[in-house]
Amino acid sequence: MATYQEFIQQNEDRDGVRFSWNLWPSSRLEATRLVAPVSCLFTPLKERPDLPPVQYEPVLCSRANCKAVLNPLCQVDFRAKIWACNFCFQRNPFPPSYAGISEVNQPAELMPQFSTIEYIVQRGPPAPLIFLYVVDTCLEEEDLQALKESLQMSLSLLPPNALVGLITFGRMVQVHELSCEGIAKSYVFRGTKDLSAKQIQEMLGLMKPAAAGNQGRPAAPQDAAASCRFLQPVHRVDMNLTDLLGELQRDPWPVPQGKRPLRSTGVALTVAVGLLEGTFPNTGARVMLFIGGPPTQGPGMVVGDELKTPIRSWHDIQKDNARHLKKATKYYEALANRSAVNGHNIDIYACALDQTGLLEMKCLSNLTGGHIVMGDSFNTSLFKQTFQRVFSKDYNGDFRMAFGGVLEVKTSRELKVCGTIGPCVSLNSKGSCVSENEMGIGGTSQWKVCSLTPSTTLGIYFEVVNQHNAPVPQGGRGAVQFVTQYQHSNTQKRIRVTTIARNWADAQSQIQHIESSFDQEAAAVLMARLGVFRAESEEGPDVLRWLDRQLIRLCQKFGQFNKDDPSSFKLSESLSLYPQFMFHLRRSPFLQVFNNSPDESSYYRHHFVRQDLTQSLIMIQPILYSYSFHGPPEPVLLDSSSILPDRILLMDTFFQLVIYHGETIAQWRKAGYQEMAEYENFKQLLQAPLDDAQEILQTRFPMPRYIDTEHGGSQARFLLSKVNPSQTHNNLYAWGQETGAPILTDDVSLQVFMDHLKKLAVSSSA
Amino acid sequence: MNVNQHTPMASPYGQPQPGYGHPGYAPLDGGYPVPYAPYNGPASAYQPGALPQGPARGPPTSGPPPVSVPQPFNQYSPSQGDVQNGPPPMTQAPPRPAASQPYNQGAVNPSGPHSSYPQHYGPPPSMQQVTNQMTGMQINSGPPTAAGPGYVPPHSSQPPISTAYSAAPPPAYSQASPPASSAPPQPPPPSGPATSQQYYGSPQSPSQQPFNSSLPPTSQQQFTSPAPPPPSSQQTFPPSSQQTFPPSSQQTFPPSSQQTFLPPSQQNFPPSSQQTFPQSSFSGPMPPPSQAPAPPGSQPQQSFSPAQPPFSSAPPPVSQPAFISGPPPSAQGSFPPRAPPPSSQSGSFPSAGPPPTSTPSSQYQGPMPPQQQHPPSQPSPYHAGPSPPSVQMPPTSMAQSNHLPPGPQGPPCPPGPMQQPPTQPGMQGGYPPQQNGAFGQVRGPQPGYAGPYPGQPNYGAPAPAPAPAPPAQKRLDPDSIPSPIQVIEDDRAKSTEPFTTGVRGQAPPLVTTNFQVKDQGNASPRFIRCTAYNMPCTADMAKQSQVPLAAVIKPLATLPPDETPPYLVDHGEGGPIRCNRCKAYMCPYMQFIEGGRRFQCGFCSCVTEVPPHYFQHLDHTGKRVDCYDRPELSLGSYEFLATVDYCKNNKLPQPPAFIFLIDVSYNAVKSGMVGIVCQELKSLLDYLPRENPEMDSVVRVGFVTYNKVLHFYNVKSSLAQPQMLVVSDVSDMFVPLLDGFLVNVNESRLVIESLLDQIPEMFADTRETETVFGPVIQAGLEALKAADCAGKLFVFHTSLPIAEAPGKLKNREDKKLIGTDKEKSLFQPQVGFYNTLAKDCVAQGCCVDLFLFPNQYVDVATLSVVPVSTGGSVYKYTYFQAQSDQERFLNDLRRDIQKLVGFDAVMRVRTSTGIRATDFFGSFFMSNTTDVELAGLDCDKAITVEFKHDDKLSEETGALMQCAILYTSCSGHRRLRIHNMAVNCCSQLADLYRNCETDTIINFFSKYAFRGVLNNPTKAVRDTLINQCAQILACYRKNCASPSSAGQLILPECMKLLPVYLNCVLKSDLLLPGADVSLDDRAYLRQLISCMDVSESHVFFYPRLLPLLKLESGSLPVAVRDSEERLSKGGVYLLETGLHLFLWVGASAQQELLLNIFGTTSFSQIDPSMTSLPVLDNPFSQRLREIVDSFRAQRPRYMKLMVVKQEDRAELIFRHFLVEDKCASGGASYVDFLCHMHKEIRQLLS
Repeated sequence: MATYQEFIQQNEDRDGVRFSWNLWPSSRLEATRLVAPVSCLFTPLKERPDLPPVQYEPVLCSRANCKAVLNPLCQVDFRAKIWACNFCFQRNPFPPSYAGISEVNQPAELMPQFSTIEYIVQRGPPAPLIFLYVVDTCLEEEDLQALKESLQMSLSLLPPNALVGLITFGRMVQVHELSCEGIAKSYVFRGTKDLSAKQIQEMLGLMKPAAAGNQGRPAAPQDAAASCRFLQPVHRVDMNLTDLLGELQRDPWPVPQGKRPLRSTGVALTVAVGLLEGTFPNTGARVMLFIGGPPTQGPGMVVGDELKTPIRSWHDIQKDNARHLKKATKYYEALANRSAVNGHNIDIYACALDQTGLLEMKCLSNLTGGHIVMGDSFNTSLFKQTFQRVFSKDYNGDFRMAFGGVLEVKTSRELKVCGTIGPCVSLNSKGSCVSENEMGIGGTSQWKVCSLTPSTTLGIYFEVVNQHNAPVPQGGRGAVQFVTQYQHSNTQKRIRVTTIARNWADAQSQIQHIESSFDQEAAAVLMARLGVFRAESEEGPDVLRWLDRQLIRLCQKFGQFNKDDPSSFKLSESLSLYPQFMFHLRRSPFLQVFNNSPDESSYYRHHFVRQDLTQSLIMIQPILYSYSFHGPPEPVLLDSSSILPDRILLMDTFFQLVIYHGETIAQWRKAGYQEMAEYENFKQLLQAPLDDAQEILQTRFPMPRYIDTEHGGSQARFLLSKVNPSQTHNNLYAWGQETGAPILTDDVSLQVFMDHLKKLAVSSSA
Repeated sequence: MNVNQHTPMASPYGQPQPGYGHPGYAPLDGGYPVPYAPYNGPASAYQPGALPQGPARGPPTSGPPPVSVPQPFNQYSPSQGDVQNGPPPMTQAPPRPAASQPYNQGAVNPSGPHSSYPQHYGPPPSMQQVTNQMTGMQINSGPPTAAGPGYVPPHSSQPPISTAYSAAPPPAYSQASPPASSAPPQPPPPSGPATSQQYYGSPQSPSQQPFNSSLPPTSQQQFTSPAPPPPSSQQTFPPSSQQTFPPSSQQTFPPSSQQTFLPPSQQNFPPSSQQTFPQSSFSGPMPPPSQAPAPPGSQPQQSFSPAQPPFSSAPPPVSQPAFISGPPPSAQGSFPPRAPPPSSQSGSFPSAGPPPTSTPSSQYQGPMPPQQQHPPSQPSPYHAGPSPPSVQMPPTSMAQSNHLPPGPQGPPCPPGPMQQPPTQPGMQGGYPPQQNGAFGQVRGPQPGYAGPYPGQPNYGAPAPAPAPAPPAQKRLDPDSIPSPIQVIEDDRAKSTEPFTTGVRGQAPPLVTTNFQVKDQGNASPRFIRCTAYNMPCTADMAKQSQVPLAAVIKPLATLPPDETPPYLVDHGEGGPIRCNRCKAYMCPYMQFIEGGRRFQCGFCSCVTEVPPHYFQHLDHTGKRVDCYDRPELSLGSYEFLATVDYCKNNKLPQPPAFIFLIDVSYNAVKSGMVGIVCQELKSLLDYLPRENPEMDSVVRVGFVTYNKVLHFYNVKSSLAQPQMLVVSDVSDMFVPLLDGFLVNVNESRLVIESLLDQIPEMFADTRETETVFGPVIQAGLEALKAADCAGKLFVFHTSLPIAEAPGKLKNREDKKLIGTDKEKSLFQPQVGFYNTLAKDCVAQGCCVDLFLFPNQYVDVATLSVVPVSTGGSVYKYTYFQAQSDQERFLNDLRRDIQKLVGFDAVMRVRTSTGIRATDFFGSFFMSNTTDVELAGLDCDKAITVEFKHDDKLSEETGALMQCAILYTSCSGHRRLRIHNMAVNCCSQLADLYRNCETDTIINFFSKYAFRGVLNNPTKAVRDTLINQCAQILACYRKNCASPSSAGQLILPECMKLLPVYLNCVLKSDLLLPGADVSLDDRAYLRQLISCMDVSESHVFFYPRLLPLLKLESGSLPVAVRDSEERLSKGGVYLLETGLHLFLWVGASAQQELLLNIFGTTSFSQIDPSMTSLPVLDNPFSQRLREIVDSFRAQRPRYMKLMVVKQEDRAELIFRHFLVEDKCASGGASYVDFLCHMHKEIRQLLS
């Protein structure tokens, strides 16, 4: 076990890959019987400070439908200067530049430690980074001011050659021209009218090159010149833009009593997308949308401007009572797809107390790899720091973001790829390794990920296609190659290639091995992604039922038990945590909409399908630390029994960071003991969780909501809703009071859940 | 007019005719009489003198007008009867014409006819006619008395004018006398007057002489009459006073002359008043006038001589004969008394008359020669025209006594045709026509004019008289036909007292007269002018007369500083007190009853309770005690404070806003327009309109520039620099910002200035040539909507909007369509878009002013739809060049921005039961049939309202109208301005004709016609106009003028200028385009006319032409008539149309003059491209520049000065404005048109 854990860890560290199974069942039938699909979590741009990129082009397999990249798994004939593709077995000569190759003089890509390698390639002129701010001006004065400051601040974080643009909107949409002196110039669009890209470009005066466009080259400079008016290098317009932002007014149109401000988010986005489409297609660009409320007019409107009509809730949606939902969703999807095709991503920074229409707009970010940040106000540190973190830099001083990524998956013959779940869109590249069985976004072996961060993680699902009776190649290993082409934030074009291999195992004879190769964490996350993906299109209960069913089947498959004897049920170590993950997943906001607005659900799901394994697990099962005088901080069960009066709890749910002071601690704190020198230790105790929280805050993106509460505090609900309700008002007296805090809920506790699971797993009728 | 009068006369004359039998004369006589009649008309003017005699004179007032009229008459007379005579006058005229004539028309007339005519004219109406005759008589008498001396006076006074007119009349008389005496006198021509006197004298001197000598009796009378006419102008009155009085009282005439003559005179006068110049009659009369005028003419001598000739030639003979024969007979017949006079006249005239032919001829001959001389130039043409008619006329006239003579003359004239020489000979023969001359005499009153001029020349060649005669036959003497100048001058002369509005049915002074108004219960003529101050009681009458019943209302007119603006009345929270039924506002016509507890509405007679807070006791006369404390009970014009009920959406209005929309396409930038506008706006923004000069204007401003897209500007005061917001979505226009677009100038001054500095820079390198237009207005409209206020858009636009957008236009200028039935479509908007847009604008109170700077076709017809419908103005600067047009544009802009303006206005005209407002003309929009909606209404906009009967009116109550305008002032206050107007109602057509205002009628006609071209072929429109005019005059002739020969043209005194003005309308570029007039120009004119007030339309159609010889401070030189013949090579003239200002420099202008004006003595060194006069330190230059400035100040649009050198290419343009001449595009000359008119009338009568 230990070996597998090490192996898994090593693999993750090196390649950013975590497979659900690290031994692959050798036949399709066996694979399906394993319940959890062969799949992996892949982090394409996992930070590898130890991996220097190589400055040459990758060597590709010459077979037209293969084009796999030379990798350490390939067999190489150093004499003949020939290598054999390990995917299609094509034998390829090395290119002339590899003439000096020999056993002792191997290129990096052939070394085993370079199973992940990054190439810097020279293709076309370096494309600048583009940042297009799309700013809602229907904000409270305070909010707007804070937002303006954040934006101004962000200018200083941008590389000097990055292009910036500004679109503001309210009732109207304004595209600001940045190059003019003495007068601030902007193009205005009516917020109620849907415009085609062509119209937008015409109206922005970007169409002139069209005539010359046919000749290709000559048009380019003009094109750039024309676009310059709206997208300018930061170093040129720094002052202008700062002033411009400084003078940004709230939307001046009067908002009558009982109305929402008219907010033309839909058109603003159309314009933004249209502008980039016309000027920088296929160049990395980041559209950053800042909104303080829902779109209330024009295409993409989410709610009318009448305040008496509240914005849709899950209840409305279930009753099919959300008037604008479908239309708006369709509108934003179309927009997201256009944007994705051009390699531009869209971030949404929504700060409002009420919903802002993320449900409808989520696809903008989901499909293009953009961020979604949800907060209460732009004037909170949550937003300010999150936004700042967007521009954080890595050890090389480069932004932790990459653009226009294309991920291609190549598999050896026994495997086919079913699909991915993550912030990407299909590129509809049908190849021999594409399975007909779709899971997630399938039907293709290439996906576009418009924006990548080092933590962006995709769930990739495979299907073993080897027939049951076909022998597994001797000593055969299945291989998967991930080829990620992207635009680095320093404007280089790069290709990162990760090639991994796993052994085949005969499920009948080596089921124990397979079981022990199970990565329950990865599997939990991958199953959760499947569940969340399904939840987007299916009714909540159906998804839960499906999840339960999968769990039961897994337990049946790998559990040790006597039929119909629940008490005999046992799971091996490699599966021991899995049911618990599932229990918490069922209660999580990713699958439960109760108590969450549609926007919140969308927000949570958005992050769930793009974070790496660790973060995902935190989301599924929050971490709970306990601080006390009894010893050093320790992780404790996420259980109501952990809520004790003399403890300080620190819970990290990814989205929230809750510090909970137990009843006694809270009283002490109230009494001010921490101020007394003789209680220095108490002060330290109080401080400890804060420091730890700070540490988490430092690295987390987006910034979690930071909550400092205590026993009986209203905000304690964040904690109470997460813990396993092992004590509730129903069984309170049975369990005794001193053991923890009862939770007022009808939810089943983990204990009940497990009992049930066991019963079902051992049931012969199941 | 005279003619008409004559007509009646005719009959009388008819009898005489026999007597006239005289070959040429006979016809002439016939004609003349008529003419004379017309002259009489003028005489009527004289009537004053006549008045004494003819009670009818009552019109003495009219008398004065007649004076002026006379001249016209004279003219007319010449034209008609005078044709024969005319020539002479013409001859005379020519000489004079150049300079003085125009003015002198009178002069022309003055010669002989004028005097006489004037007299006649004076009387226009039968009454007047009589009086005219009287006057004529008087004149004669005058002359008689004056006879010896008299001449002088006449001359001095009216002679010239009168002579012209009088010529005719005088002719008659003069003829009589003239022949004998006149001839002699003429010889004295040197004394010009003398000669003229005879003939003219007949008119003037003639009247005097003849009268004196022979005439004393009737002839004199007639002459006198003629003479009087001249006097009218000058002599007439004077004479009238002198002569006439003398005559009447003194001399033999008085009795006989008056009476006897009266008839003839009446005839004459009537015509004079009417001054219809039957063609024939005209010919006849015309000459006489000229002659007559001449004598009377201040220019007596000159005029006389010339006049004489004419007169002598045509008028005298004719008139004389006519008179003689006619007078006696006719007079007898019609004017029994006169008949006797005739005898007396006969003495002079008779003798002359009968012999007239001969005598006249002889006499005339004397005069004739001059005529010939004169004629050649002017007369001839006229004569030519006239003569024929005259010929014809003559017969008719001949039929009539007096006229007949003319006829004969006429014939002779024809032979002599144009040529005065011949005419002269003929003249004598033609004298009969001279009878017309008599008319002329009538006109003679005008003497002043031609009189002098012609006189001299004539005198010089007294002989010309004869010569003129012939021409007279062929052509009318322009001097003998009614002269606008004379009318204007006469009106000025008599309007010395402030005009009080309290008297119902009283016509105000002409628009050309400076007068003060005292509001005594009716609105000032500055606010309302009516076509008729005596409305027919019944629809039948109205239909019969065809006189349009209309009022030209200029609700927010600017008053001179010495008149108080309307008082503001506040009736408290309940709002203005109104009639319960018809909702008329409290006004002086409300009758309080039951001790003041109720009031009865003057409009609908409904009784309404007086609200307690408004109650007041009545005095013993039934008037409220506080009547004079309350403007609404004692004044014609006042304002109410409107309550919230009168506001849109029941919300007090916001202060209005001005939005400047500037085209920044390539053309606009290149022409310099953008730079100029921006530069100017910087300072102009301090002069936004305000009601209280002490306060800052509350008007907010906004700026937009555009080419194919629109650029809005945020100039909020808190901004460090302006912000530009580009809206490219022109297909669906909207306003991109609210706050910061419309700003207070003072608060945002820095930002605005920075913006205005930058606009020209920003677009300096633009290459965008396409523009939009519809979206521009939409943008302004939307901005006002968003700000929830009314306001005004100033659009500065250069080119046809061909960019893809709503309201896109294509070039449709197709010269081939001009003159076809499809021509009208070119005046209609190309697309319906702008109509809809205009409607929206009006609903919002968005007024649009459009400044165009086209280099090619821009489709003004379409672009102006919105401005016209919203009460805005269109300014056009074709081929705008910064250097030369900047001044004009900037001045227009300044004025346009600064002028007081009301917004979101609704005007409603309420009237007495019996009539109602049926049609409206102007810049506005109507969504129903009663409410005139004006998005904006400024102080220069006039609305013409036509009334129709829907029931009978009563003579006791008269016809009341109340024009109420609800508007938002430029300070954002809601006001109601009320103008009340009461006019008389008449059951006699004569009353109607006596109290008309031709200028207003022309204003109505032009608007009617200019709108007509939208739906009818231009030709049909022209025909309709001519036809209606003919019907008006024919109706007068038929119903009001004393019987006279059909050949006589008799014009009502008040309408004697109708033909000349109408001709100007018909010749306007819109109705008769020349080859070089673009469609845009025509469309531009079309909309321009639609909101002109009377004074603008007057000067627009009949430009003011001032001779610059001697300039005295405090007074302007007397204008001359708009004819090339009046220009002297040695002079410099200033011509003003309200749109253009020309300085015409004669080729041989005096060096001193040039030096004074231009600072150079060399004609060739004058730079024709200069647009302003050099500033020279000499009194002449100073004064001239003062005059130019004052002209500019008078007109709502700045006139660019163009220097036109004689023989220069630019002279073609200049000539276009000499509206009495034939124009290149085929427009008839005055004389020709008069003849044509006469023909039309005759056709109607037959």
